[in-house]
Amino acid sequence: MSGEGIGARLRRKEDDRFMRGRGEYVGDIRLAGMQDVAFLRSPVAHGRIVNIAISETIRDRVFTAADLDGVSPIRAVSRLPGFKPSDQFPLASGKVRHVGELIAMCIAPTRGEAEDLAAQIDVEIEPLPAVADMLAAREAGVALVHEEWGDNLFLETLVDDDIARVAAQAAVKVTREFRTARQCMSPIEGRGVVASWNSRLEQLLVYSSAQMTHITRSGLSECLNIDEGRVRVVAPDVGGGFGYKGILLPEEVCLGWATRRLGFPLRWLEDRRENLTASANCREHHYIVTAYADADGKLLAIDAEATVDSGAYSSYPFSACLEAAQVASILPGVYDFPAYRCHTFSAATNKPPILPYRGVARTGVCFAMELIIDAVARELGMEPAELRMRNLVRPEQMPFDNITKKHFDSGDYPESLRRAVEQIGLAGVRERQTRGEPDGRLIGVGFAVYCEQAAHGTSVYAGWGIPMVPGHEQAFIRFTPDGGLEIRVGVHSHGQGMETTFSQVAHDILGVPHDRIKIIHGDTALTPYSTGTWGSRSMVMAGGAVAEACDQLALRIRKIAAKLLQCSPDDVRREGGELRGPSGSMKIEEVARVWYRRPQDLPPDVDPAGLEVTAGYKPARDSGTFSYASHAVTVAVDPVTGEVEILDYVIVEDGGVLVNPMIVDGQIYGGVAQGIGTALYEEMPFDADAQPLASTLADYMLPGPCEVPAMAIDHMETPSPYTRFGVKGIGEGGAIAPPAAITNAINDALRPLGAELCVSPVTPRRIIEAIAAAKREGADRRQPAAQAS
Amino acid sequence: MKPAPFDYVRPETVEAAVALLAQSDNAKLLAGGQTLGPMLNLRLAQPDLVIDITRIAELARVEAEPDAVTLGACVTHSAIEDGRVQDFTRGLLPKVARGIAYRAVRNRGTLGGSIAHADPSADWLSCFMALGASLRIAGPGGTRETPMVDFVRGALDCDLASDEIVAAIRLPRLSSAARCGYAKICRKEGEFADAIGVYASDPERGFERLVVGAVGGKPLIADTPGLDGDADLPAMTGILNGIGYKADEYEVQIHAAALLRAVREAFAA
Repeated sequence: MSGEGIGARLRRKEDDRFMRGRGEYVGDIRLAGMQDVAFLRSPVAHGRIVNIAISETIRDRVFTAADLDGVSPIRAVSRLPGFKPSDQFPLASGKVRHVGELIAMCIAPTRGEAEDLAAQIDVEIEPLPAVADMLAAREAGVALVHEEWGDNLFLETLVDDDIARVAAQAAVKVTREFRTARQCMSPIEGRGVVASWNSRLEQLLVYSSAQMTHITRSGLSECLNIDEGRVRVVAPDVGGGFGYKGILLPEEVCLGWATRRLGFPLRWLEDRRENLTASANCREHHYIVTAYADADGKLLAIDAEATVDSGAYSSYPFSACLEAAQVASILPGVYDFPAYRCHTFSAATNKPPILPYRGVARTGVCFAMELIIDAVARELGMEPAELRMRNLVRPEQMPFDNITKKHFDSGDYPESLRRAVEQIGLAGVRERQTRGEPDGRLIGVGFAVYCEQAAHGTSVYAGWGIPMVPGHEQAFIRFTPDGGLEIRVGVHSHGQGMETTFSQVAHDILGVPHDRIKIIHGDTALTPYSTGTWGSRSMVMAGGAVAEACDQLALRIRKIAAKLLQCSPDDVRREGGELRGPSGSMKIEEVARVWYRRPQDLPPDVDPAGLEVTAGYKPARDSGTFSYASHAVTVAVDPVTGEVEILDYVIVEDGGVLVNPMIVDGQIYGGVAQGIGTALYEEMPFDADAQPLASTLADYMLPGPCEVPAMAIDHMETPSPYTRFGVKGIGEGGAIAPPAAITNAINDALRPLGAELCVSPVTPRRIIEAIAAAKREGADRRQPAAQAS
Repeated sequence: MKPAPFDYVRPETVEAAVALLAQSDNAKLLAGGQTLGPMLNLRLAQPDLVIDITRIAELARVEAEPDAVTLGACVTHSAIEDGRVQDFTRGLLPKVARGIAYRAVRNRGTLGGSIAHADPSADWLSCFMALGASLRIAGPGGTRETPMVDFVRGALDCDLASDEIVAAIRLPRLSSAARCGYAKICRKEGEFADAIGVYASDPERGFERLVVGAVGGKPLIADTPGLDGDADLPAMTGILNGIGYKADEYEVQIHAAALLRAVREAFAA
């Protein structure tokens, strides 16, 4: 294995500029004549706009919906039966449907002055009753977010099965209600847009902190009603996305329209208050799940009803169908059981739109599934890890088509759990629990096992019918005249380290030194079309395309080298950065120089397309890769204050072949940090008027360095049978399991007190209230902790 | 999140600052800016004039006397944390300072700023009340002294007129027989407290006080509670009931726990 190829723990090239503050983010971009934009946003969650009074002295610097001629609403559709699309006007028209919705755009030389303009606008809104809760939204007679729908449902789905047949035979029936809080995705850099119209090129140039530039381009073209050829979108350095930046923003449409009208560049940078209160949210789910099992702990059936709070509008391109419909197909998780029913509702409420956040629906379903597994285990008096072992899909079943027809490609789920049980020291924890703690805290241990579908392609997305369906992925690669390598990909790196990892792939095939390989990404004018970075697809799809392009380039190089080495192409071997023939060798860069500088020395039948290749790729089977992991956590819970300390965190993870294990570790650490946020800290509450209550980081609690423990990561690498090199998508996994594992650990600790938590985040107050409730209900069972195995 | 326009001035003396306050009917003092800054950015405060007092040398001074130390209002939390102000409380003040927000905030945030704002969950508020501090306040008529326990009236409410400045905090020295402890319960390192307990006793001065902070208003006081190392949770709950603390079960429980931690820390030393 080369020191710079696949499998190397190479330091990231891009970190040099990031760590020295030399990156270029949207906020660093200065264009001559640029002015700043501030938006007047709706102070109420639901209402009819009666009047917007703008003084004549500022009228030429303030714009409302009526001014936006030629602009169409943002409309994300889905072909799923019964889906109702929404029209989101970039500046509110007629009604406002969530706090923070854009009402007017104000333009001034500085942001402060633009905010002064917004403060002078008088908006009269006739309030309507707010739909603040997703369950209430489903009831008849409640206010309607979109009157023409007749209800507040974007989508309803049903996966049906004959549960009654199974229920009759079940020895155990356990029902739980779960609720996960609404969260704000919190990349350190918020959204930002700089828009400018270039009259020479007749083109709109939009810099945006975005994940999917080609999709943004299409969306802008649709809404602004101009040809895509006249739109260029550039994502410079982006400080984190996590799904938050996979959306066409009304702000992008507004600035795209206004810059052309006004004739000078415009900038809008999201501030933290806008990020928390006005832009896309995530994660708010409700479940009622019933699990049926036999007396030996074999799962017989899962029957679930799930609701997703999708907010007021369907976000573009993912749409409001995605998360709720995904719940149905992925709730079964890593388990093999014969009967399954799942009824889902994607509810419209007067809140900002929902977006798929790292892990998407998987974090919620893992929470529901893993907690009910523990509840079944407690009911049977069984060790929860043992119950899991009896129901996990087994390695000899791989590849496995599960009950919702997900095709698990490869893996050994029981082995990952076995290792996690050993590495967390389950037997030792059980023993410790019998001894009690001198400080009175309660110790608990919890597990969660999940698999993560990633890089799913055409065969999966065609059925959804959303404004984007991934197909083949392309990559462009060429040698520079001095023998360096230039790679262009349509995905975009906003933390994944692609400038390093794609170099590693190319180095692995061509042997060019790592530091002579340059990755170009994020610019629709410079890169092949791609649906972008989402769903942990980039290494599988773009990495595969880069490999394919390198293979083709290698063939051309070999042919030229053979002429120069005076042998047959079949006799040319690559060793490191050199090409060797029977009687000589040359550096690969030298071969490139011949093409550019000495074409007279080329073979007569040289490929006239030269040393530039655009190649396309998709995996042999594009139903998705399935990486997976077992998380194990021990916690100490203070039964007086409800404080929770994570004592130990073990992850046994299998992401297939790892291109850069160090970067994968980083992805896991970051994902777990976000998972801890979901489990213990983050919550965006809304009051009865659908007002967001955590408008600053003083109230919206994010985990910091003191809240994230050191974790032990053990890698298994079971290659995917379908992808190039056997790689799998791994970016989201860390954020999927922690809420389940941590809450299971807390519930294990509280078991002697009869208290159980089924919500996220598990706050100290909720723990104390659960203990008090259990005491009041006389559920003072004083059960011993589950037997040591 | 940009402030509404304001004028800015940076006087060199306390008298000049007081005069500026007296002349304006919509002015705010700026010390570390760690509270005022965000309020300006969120437009929750829209003063016409911001008076920056960080250039006033007198406000950063520390005066040591035989039985007291007087800390200037513009002494920063980090100066206390680092021991750049010599500790005379057997580690209590640096410990309290360390738990305030984050280092960047502590580098600028000031004692006076924290006290004058009188956030019920502020660390110094409860701490200085427990130590029997008194405040020196500068106004148009000169300076006045007031005990800390009288200065704080309620949530964000203190005995400070619009033309007055908190100039210094006078803390009695502790004898060698003194014991003190401080505990803060909060969701994350550095966050505003959900519950504060402070215990200070100095038999040589006949002084023993328990302060319950982060109660949503003026911190509550129990004087001469007669505690020792055997204090337990029911005793703390009893004290809370006795001083009239009214809150739900969770709040009472965590406040009792904070008190107990403070008392145990005091008697463990």
